[in-house]
Amino acid sequence: MRSLLDIILTPDFAFSAIRVTTPLLFAALGALISDRAGAANIGLEGIMLMAALAGVVFSAYTQSALIGLLGAILIGLLTASMLAYFTLKLKTDVILGGIALNFFANGGTIFVLYYLTGDKGTSASLASMVLPNIHIPVIRNIPILGEIVSGHNVLTYIAILSAIGVWYVLEKTALGLRIRSVGENENAAKSVGVNVMKIRYIALALSGVFAGMGGAFLSMGYVSWFSRGMSAGRGWIALAAEAMGRGTVLGTTLSSVLFGVADALSNTLQLLNIPAELIRILPYVATVVGLLAYAIRETNKRKAKG
Amino acid sequence: MSNNVLELRNIMKVYSNGVVANKNVSFELKEGEIHAVVGENGAGKSTLMKILFGMERPSSGEIIFKGSKVEIENSNKAIDMGIGMVHQHFMLVPSFTVVQNMILGIEPKKGINIDYNKATQMIKELGDKYNLRVDPEMKVKDLSVGMKQKVEILKALLRGAKILILDEPTAVLTPQETEELFVQLMKLKDNGHTIIFISHKLKEVKSICDKVTIIRKGVTYGTYNVADVTQSQISNLMVGRNVVLKYDKSKSEAGKAVLNVKGVSCKGAEGKELLKDIQFTANKGKILGIAGVEGNGQRELINVITGGRRNYDGEVLFNDKNIRSMNVKALRKSGMSYIPEDRMTQGVAASAAISENLAANRYESQEIKSGILMDVKKLSKLANKLVEDYDIVCKSIAQKVESLSGGNIQKVVVARECSIEPDILIAEQPTRGVDVGAAEIIHKEILKLRDRGAAVLLVSADLSEAMELSDALLVMYEGEFVAYIDNPSETTEEELGLYMLGVKKQSREEIRRAVNEF
Ligand SMILES: Nc1ncnc2c1ncn2[C@@H]1O[C@H](COP(=O)(O)OP(=O)(O)O)[C@@H](O)[C@H]1O
Ligand SMILES: [Mg+2]
Repeated sequence: MRSLLDIILTPDFAFSAIRVTTPLLFAALGALISDRAGAANIGLEGIMLMAALAGVVFSAYTQSALIGLLGAILIGLLTASMLAYFTLKLKTDVILGGIALNFFANGGTIFVLYYLTGDKGTSASLASMVLPNIHIPVIRNIPILGEIVSGHNVLTYIAILSAIGVWYVLEKTALGLRIRSVGENENAAKSVGVNVMKIRYIALALSGVFAGMGGAFLSMGYVSWFSRGMSAGRGWIALAAEAMGRGTVLGTTLSSVLFGVADALSNTLQLLNIPAELIRILPYVATVVGLLAYAIRETNKRKAKG
Repeated sequence: MSNNVLELRNIMKVYSNGVVANKNVSFELKEGEIHAVVGENGAGKSTLMKILFGMERPSSGEIIFKGSKVEIENSNKAIDMGIGMVHQHFMLVPSFTVVQNMILGIEPKKGINIDYNKATQMIKELGDKYNLRVDPEMKVKDLSVGMKQKVEILKALLRGAKILILDEPTAVLTPQETEELFVQLMKLKDNGHTIIFISHKLKEVKSICDKVTIIRKGVTYGTYNVADVTQSQISNLMVGRNVVLKYDKSKSEAGKAVLNVKGVSCKGAEGKELLKDIQFTANKGKILGIAGVEGNGQRELINVITGGRRNYDGEVLFNDKNIRSMNVKALRKSGMSYIPEDRMTQGVAASAAISENLAANRYESQEIKSGILMDVKKLSKLANKLVEDYDIVCKSIAQKVESLSGGNIQKVVVARECSIEPDILIAEQPTRGVDVGAAEIIHKEILKLRDRGAAVLLVSADLSEAMELSDALLVMYEGEFVAYIDNPSETTEEELGLYMLGVKKQSREEIRRAVNEF
């Protein structure tokens, strides 16, 4: 037990928690913005996966990490738009559409990977690029704090800025007001001439952009290659984080951090003598516990209302 | 050229499901008048207004606006033309503040931010001008119905509405709120606004409208000066037959107490007392009415009795069994029928067929089954019989309930609940928002049920309904009974009003007469 605390109470651990929170936060923001517009995007998992591959492929062929990132965002945007088109225009059920997207991503990425590299597992043979880490001047030299918050991948900082940005848009701007109105009472929005379809489209497209950045982080920051199924349930965990955060930006961010810590813990504990399988389920157990706590609280609230 | 701002010529509207909501509607609106549109439920009034507001497109016919033919493609176009609408069901976002609701879609901006200072200022000015004051910072979900309606009116005015459509605005208001609304409408009229006022209540039409257009089954039956027609003339045109407003009630003897409520109290989430020591019995062969201004505990009481609420003190006996241990199914099995207030969410499964809704309280009975399977023939025989008995206007029993008009949806509920011969019928606002014709049918069915020996508990905010139907009447005020009236048809509305508003209260002994245990 002593050694466990020793490991957790270190700047290293905090650093790694922030690192693993990054993709969760991106996906959770995607979940949040689409959910607030009343078009829950459950295809985040698949979008992240496709974006992760896109990042590797684009950067490998152009030898530019920036183009890789833009490629990942573009793929995220396009697939989310496709989902929007199917659900908003062609009236497919948004849940079914999301599920289909996830299956498509699973098979599709392996197909493309095999087609390009002849390998069905990883993109190791592609010379893809990684996004740079940023060392924040001054802060980097502060002991402990500097070790924790400086030196992260550029996308980690973008994720934090994105969270602030989403909060700002939702709370302060007309677009945010419209997104929330469409999500809460579509007819009210329609009756004052708000174009419900357009707002939902924008929200879904944005969720694709966030998931795209999340995907890029996985293959161009967290590690430097693509491997099959590498989103590893993060798209789902993100949905849980959004639900637990009750659709607020702050709540969602905190829930993402919570899941990130669980994830980091499972990484760290592997250094100790605990079976790896047991440890790897930690983030998922945390998800279930989190959702349970949320459900109990909601139920109690409803009971209190009578 | 006349001074008609708006003219409709031979409007027809066929919905995609084949329902002909408007067959032939013609209608002229003069600038600055309050023009009533009256008609039974399902006559096509809301449809017509939605056409005017660009939410539905007419299948044929012309709309003439200020002398020239127009197409109103969407609500934005209608808003541009200066038409505003207050919908029958409010179009507000509950978690938004008043300001946010009002500026949605026309947000004033400062940079990329919404300029809330300016918005609040605009709303204050508008509110002052029309004497419609609401706190801009309040969340809409915390507002009373009357306040929400003010927000809706202001919303339309903020968008520059000169013609204001109000779809059944008084259906949800208390008498006092209605009074206030009328004052505001007159003020709007004085300011040069034109108002289309939809209502079932002819008294209201008489009191504030200049013109009245009658619409029946999608066809208009003329426009009259309100001063030139009487209420009963309008009523006759509306329903096409005479409406019996008085019912011939046979005398009936009070039988066994099926429902015995003993000292029920309960508290709300914030510790507010919702029910205080409620005692009464509902006896066979009697209609017991519960009157009162809405929100004085009626809903909580019904919730307790129908098994929806478990945390309360005291006890409720139904056929001598304590209901605390019974779930809804058990309650229904032992003879309780319930017509809930909210017919769309609790009363029916809106997207299920009429026949399925009619059979929903007997799906386990051999009445519609053969062995363990459902018998389609038996089901349709039953449904067709009920449709005929209860005069449900529909094209077929396979039609979805949601495609019916409100009155007919309610008849489906009433048919289902009354036809199983319950020991008690709990009827909660059974004719709310229902036209005179449907209300009459529903009232007669309730009376028939009582004559067949059932107990009826009638909760109604409609005074004439409560007085006319009930054999005895309890008045509720702030969670307790304040009066027991054993000859309701002989009291006056004024007298009841005093109890309802808490001005007068009977003694405990008088109220205790509501308990008749035998
Ligand atoms: N969206 C819709 N789709 C199909 N039928 C509808 C729709 N809205 C209303 N109806 C039908 O049109 C008829 C007229 O309804 P409505 O205009 O709401 O009447 P009113 O407001 O006079 O009660 C009713 O039979 C109703 O069932
Ligand atoms: Mg209507």
